[in-house]
Amino acid sequence: MIQTPPSADRLADVSFWFKAAEVSAFPENGGACVKYQDQQIAVYHFAKRNEWYASQNLCPHKQQMILSRGLIGDQCGEPKVACPFHKKTFSLLTGENLNGECYHIETYPVKIEDGYVYIGLRD
Amino acid sequence: MSSLVAQPQRIVVIGNGMVGYKFCEKLVAKAQPSAFQIIVFGEEPRPAYDRVHLSAYFSGTTAEELTMAPVEWYAQNNINLHLGELVTSVNAATRTITTHKGESISYDKLILATGSSAFVPPINGVEKEGVFVYRTIEDLDAMLEYAPKAKTAAVIGGGLLGLEAAKAAVDMGLTTHVIEFASRLMPRQLDEAGSEMLKRKLESLGISIHLNKSTTAILGGPGVEKMLFADGSELDVDMIIVSAGIKPRDELAIKAGLAVGPRGGIMVNDALQTSDANIYAIGESALHGGMIYGLVAPGYDMADTVVTNLLGGEKTFKGFDMSTKLKLIGVDVASFGDAFASPATSRSIVFEDKAKGIYKRINISEDGKHLVGGILVGDAGNYNMLLQTVQNKIILPQDPEDLILGSRGGASESAGAGVMSLPDEALICSCENVSKGDICSSVKDGTCTDVAGIKKCTKAGTGCGGCIPMVNDLLNATLKQMGKEVKKVLCEHFDYSRQELLDLVKVNNIRSFDELLHSHGRGDGCEICKPAVASIMASTWNELILKQATIQDTNDRYLANIQKGGTYSVVPRIAGGEITPEKLIVIGQVAAKYGLYTKITGGQRIDMFGARVDQLPDIWEELINAGFESGHAYGKSLRTVKSCVGSTWCRYGLHDSVGFAIQVEERYRGLRSPHKLKGGVSGCVRECAEAQSKDFGIIATEKGWNLYICGNGGAKPQHAQLFATDLDSETCIKYLDRFLMFYIKTAEPLNRTATWLNKMEGGMEYLRQVIVEDSLGICADLDREMQFMVDTYACEWKEVVNNPELRQRFQHFINTPEPDPSIRFKPERGQKVPVV
Repeated sequence: MIQTPPSADRLADVSFWFKAAEVSAFPENGGACVKYQDQQIAVYHFAKRNEWYASQNLCPHKQQMILSRGLIGDQCGEPKVACPFHKKTFSLLTGENLNGECYHIETYPVKIEDGYVYIGLRD
Repeated sequence: MSSLVAQPQRIVVIGNGMVGYKFCEKLVAKAQPSAFQIIVFGEEPRPAYDRVHLSAYFSGTTAEELTMAPVEWYAQNNINLHLGELVTSVNAATRTITTHKGESISYDKLILATGSSAFVPPINGVEKEGVFVYRTIEDLDAMLEYAPKAKTAAVIGGGLLGLEAAKAAVDMGLTTHVIEFASRLMPRQLDEAGSEMLKRKLESLGISIHLNKSTTAILGGPGVEKMLFADGSELDVDMIIVSAGIKPRDELAIKAGLAVGPRGGIMVNDALQTSDANIYAIGESALHGGMIYGLVAPGYDMADTVVTNLLGGEKTFKGFDMSTKLKLIGVDVASFGDAFASPATSRSIVFEDKAKGIYKRINISEDGKHLVGGILVGDAGNYNMLLQTVQNKIILPQDPEDLILGSRGGASESAGAGVMSLPDEALICSCENVSKGDICSSVKDGTCTDVAGIKKCTKAGTGCGGCIPMVNDLLNATLKQMGKEVKKVLCEHFDYSRQELLDLVKVNNIRSFDELLHSHGRGDGCEICKPAVASIMASTWNELILKQATIQDTNDRYLANIQKGGTYSVVPRIAGGEITPEKLIVIGQVAAKYGLYTKITGGQRIDMFGARVDQLPDIWEELINAGFESGHAYGKSLRTVKSCVGSTWCRYGLHDSVGFAIQVEERYRGLRSPHKLKGGVSGCVRECAEAQSKDFGIIATEKGWNLYICGNGGAKPQHAQLFATDLDSETCIKYLDRFLMFYIKTAEPLNRTATWLNKMEGGMEYLRQVIVEDSLGICADLDREMQFMVDTYACEWKEVVNNPELRQRFQHFINTPEPDPSIRFKPERGQKVPVV
């Protein structure tokens, strides 16, 4: 079962799936950070929608590794995360800054298999 | 057969300032992508930035935040941007330009947006070290580098830009002088009386103003030491900022043989074409009708005119109103329309309040029907309305003095009604040329439902931002007209105010955010409603906030204050500022063990900075074992109750201010509220605890305590007001209980007590009736609710430390116990601070 509906082209970009952690390790309706090699990836679980999203953990505004600690929610149905530093909000579908500023973030597809969270990465 | 595919027109723009950028923005927004090929040259190393707000750079705004659009924006819009590249010549005959790198590029149309440079008067010694101009970010960087060597700065020029520069000098911590040649400040905007009022205001802020002063020489070794003036006087200074006006950058145009004005500026016609029809000039380099416009709004209008004409439309530039409103070092200054209307053709009404530093002048047409212009100093609250009245030739009311006197109380509401009486063509945002009709129809057709939406789709309010209050009024009035209730809903997820939600939570016994969202909201929630509901839950049920960790704002989620570098700071409670030597030693030991930076806070506590999130539970375990508890420095809750030493030690102290401060602080510790709360207790009127700048302040009198409430030392300081006098300790606490509980139950999210009181109808007198006379009959409830909060208090950190599952959540990564490797520190004054 794949909960996140990533667009087909983004799935096509995935060259491998990183097995991040058990589903139960992640908070519901919030974010958490996982480490892959030198990369920090923020993973968000929207329990009510039964959807998962992932993005870079770095807030592009002040270059801090904190996005996973932000509040998640939606803007007109679009899932988003608010950076805990200055409340800049980013779409988890497109990575775009919803405040209309230039900063945007990288997002990654997520899938759930056998009780584990996998993140789709490129080489 | 030859194909008839149209070649794109090649547009070359020289200059990447605000106007050059605006030209590009407007062109790509309106043109077919294939119709034009745009090439931009900017000589500065960075893309266009907001020069209007340059002085914000000194108070912490970064160059990046001032940027109009990043380099990527140009790429995304297929604009070929050359930064740091100077165009050295234009050949109008061959329609080519050449850059300093030797590159040669042809154009179909050339846009000169070369702007202006600072005008530096030919004063002897002006080339000395320590003389700066105020124009670019590089200029500011150079000043910042020099300023630590200086104590005193002088700004040459008391115009708009000069006073901005003076603010910059003040922000750099320098003793500041302003030297103006004319007999008044801002001579193009203010009359003598307005200038005098502004002068007094600025002097009260520590800036020395010298009028009628002409600088004849600057003396010194390599660096500036002294200024000499024509009247024989002198001034010792270490630094000089020249801000005496602007000089249009027309040197390229002159070399290319284009016509320029006798005193500079590239001559343009109403279509903004230069003497060569394929070359346009816009912004501060253009000379139109004998005028050089040194403001951004006319520049934007010029950009729009050229774009319209390039696209085959017809628009002419017909000069521009020089009305302007700005806040100079915290003082409102505005001038609009014909500010100096002659007494022959108009009469003026003047209002002056020297005590408050307010000067207002309005000029009325001879027949008394229309407003022609005016000047506002000290209070420019009704500037927008007055400007609209001029621009739209609105017929004046019978008593036109109401226009400047009528703003006493209820100002925003009357302005709101006033806004709707404007015609649809009324220009609301003059930077972006957005009319009232544009804004209202974007609301009426459902495109926009809030100010952010209006900014995005109409661009109103994205220039200087001065029209935002009017945009807000228009939005609310239009929604009202549409029959939509304008209420203070929390956000898009709840159609209720904070107060309504609090009632719903209580009446329906709702215990979680999910439950409330399910029964009374929609969607997933957001960063606005989640913390607000978290605060409501905490204020109602007083359960451990980590039961719902993911709706807590970041500080509450980790029970610590997030700081630079993604690290946290730890603040144990030190009630009343009283601490034993043993506990002081423990704080020192813990800080040393975890390598934390320590600082005494503004609220008589000790802050330990630089803790990684995974270290927090261990640090708190040690603190709790030594008898400390959470200080709630991270919460919208009671922070500290500051105290002086009172009768215990002080020879003036009347009562035990320390004991009472501790009693009060312990009573309200952990109390969640709409905003943070601070208190103070002083042992006598000398007020060493500064209690009157707090949300509640208690000051000892011969007969008991005087209670002050709703003060605020924040961004808009406001003194607390006297609520009751000569109270015994028990009554004082009873009133405090009721006041705090009433505030918690009725304030909007993130409103401090001062704001709450300011918005309350009936103000302090009403509050006294509710709290002392129980006019609403709710005091028994308030008393009981507060007692519940006091009785159910528990230290949040103690609960976390003793709960392995909760401790587990304080990890940076969930798939490895490793700490965040990106955290770095550097040494500073014997401690360590984050590298960011």
